[in-house]
Amino acid sequence: MEVLVCVKRVPMVGGRIVLTADGQDVDTRMAGFTISPHEECAVEEAVQITGRLGGAVSVLTLGSEASIDQLRDCLSVGAGRAVLLETDGTEFGPIATADAIAGEVRLRAETGPGYDLVLLGNEAADTGDYQIGVRLAHLLGWPVATGIKAIDVGDSGGNGAVVRARRQYRGADEVFELALPAVVTVKEGINLPRYPSLPGRLRAKRAQIERRPVTWRPEGLRKQGLRVPAAARQQSTVLGTGVTAVPALVGVLAELGVLP
Amino acid sequence: MTVLCLVERDGEGIAEASLRAVGVARGLAGVAGVAGVAGVAGAPVTAIVFGRAGHDGVDALAGHGSGAVYEVSRDAVPGYAPLAWARVLAELIAETGASAVVAAGTDRGAEVMAHLGAITGLPVAANCVSAERTGVEVVTLVRQRWGGLLLEDAVLEAPVALLTVAAEAVALEPAGARTPVDVRAHSPRLSDGDLAVRAAESAGSGGGLSLATARVVVGGGRGVGGPAGFAPLEELAALLGGVVGVSRVVTSEGWRPHTQQVGQTGTRITPELYLACGISGAIQHMAGCSGARHIVAINSDPGAPMVSQADYALIGDLHEIVPALIEAIKARMA
Repeated sequence: MEVLVCVKRVPMVGGRIVLTADGQDVDTRMAGFTISPHEECAVEEAVQITGRLGGAVSVLTLGSEASIDQLRDCLSVGAGRAVLLETDGTEFGPIATADAIAGEVRLRAETGPGYDLVLLGNEAADTGDYQIGVRLAHLLGWPVATGIKAIDVGDSGGNGAVVRARRQYRGADEVFELALPAVVTVKEGINLPRYPSLPGRLRAKRAQIERRPVTWRPEGLRKQGLRVPAAARQQSTVLGTGVTAVPALVGVLAELGVLP
Repeated sequence: MTVLCLVERDGEGIAEASLRAVGVARGLAGVAGVAGVAGVAGAPVTAIVFGRAGHDGVDALAGHGSGAVYEVSRDAVPGYAPLAWARVLAELIAETGASAVVAAGTDRGAEVMAHLGAITGLPVAANCVSAERTGVEVVTLVRQRWGGLLLEDAVLEAPVALLTVAAEAVALEPAGARTPVDVRAHSPRLSDGDLAVRAAESAGSGGGLSLATARVVVGGGRGVGGPAGFAPLEELAALLGGVVGVSRVVTSEGWRPHTQQVGQTGTRITPELYLACGISGAIQHMAGCSGARHIVAINSDPGAPMVSQADYALIGDLHEIVPALIEAIKARMA
């Protein structure tokens, strides 16, 4: 099993998000960087799958040179190989991003063992476009499932390897069966990601990062600016302290019409 | 100009998220501020339903501004097949000359619209909170980033505007005027490949109250202290006809299953009341609960962000307050 995991470097947002003076970006001067919880789970899932079935995990990101930090984080928890699709820092739209990833998947099919499975997070933490995995699948002509909370790679009985991908829909499980090669986007909760080991960290530090340039192109959806939404709520009312305030709370709940 | 809206069913009715999306679609059906272009803002929306809308469903759609409903029969598309659903939307774009397609930004809505974007090569604007046609092929919109912690002002330039709606962030607004609804059957032309990936529902679960649609959510965070601490919260939730939701730290610690997580990477909730117990209110958590109509915080730390962001707060130990609250509610019922 050759598994490719796609991740994205995003700022670690703490108590609140601060914007740059021009309102075009998140101010990251004081921020650390990370990948989203969905993507941490995608890496862990790939490591577990190849642990069971053999094969290797490659990790890919599209971003500036600084994104190498996040690739090394992924290498430290079990990915074996890392690819940077290197930009000048310009924010890529979903169409160009999917195109660039598809280029890497095709290149790998020509030059090495092709990928059997591409995993992504269900959505990027920052831009939240909810479409890169699906666009990638269309470019490759592969089946895709999104928002997946459990993956089982098995045999379909005659038709080769399949992925059974499970997610929740209105409280019930729904299962998709995809013939490999396939694209699957996952959500946090599919597993509990491991922490890096010391040997993992050392290996990650020394690992070679494959770097390929990619070029930006404009898309039909254009950002004009970002803003922090106005606070929806007014000043909060403190009802009191401890159990003595419970009657006041009951009064509020009655007023809201939520008491039986 | 026709605007299509993918509508999801919820049991026998229409999902509320879809009715909210119809409301946003309505605003796209005309051209605002552009003289000489046909169309009136707030023109009827054409809904697309897989399966039957049903009498009540058609009624609800009419009340929210749909003038026509296409029903796609279960014989043609058995159950949920994302690519097939997107093909149907693409067919109906061609058939109706639609200028926009809207869906609620649910798991299914987001997935189907991504397929439609890929099929047509058009951009998709995800999780819009408002959208207005400002030119022949131009839509000016506001969409969520960071799970709604930030808003992006954007321009979508495309022959057909494809967008999903952040349903928990837009109001459910009945249309002013009802129009008679024209219900039509649509027979799609699909290949086997379009149906290759489709959902098989597995046994188990199902039914019961869901976190996403519950009227009351009782939240528990780090302050609950451990798996055993959730029993009183469960009891309180049951008493109020609601469900328990938890913060990310609770699921990361393995105290509760991830399906109960409220937050940017969990479930977005829209209850009448969110009663947040022992939850500090990290920004990722607020992304999941800010759609609640009312928030009440119970927290021992008066400086917790949740306390200042709630409508009401009670300062103290949840392990004392929650049992006392249960007793007080029971006493009131007796």
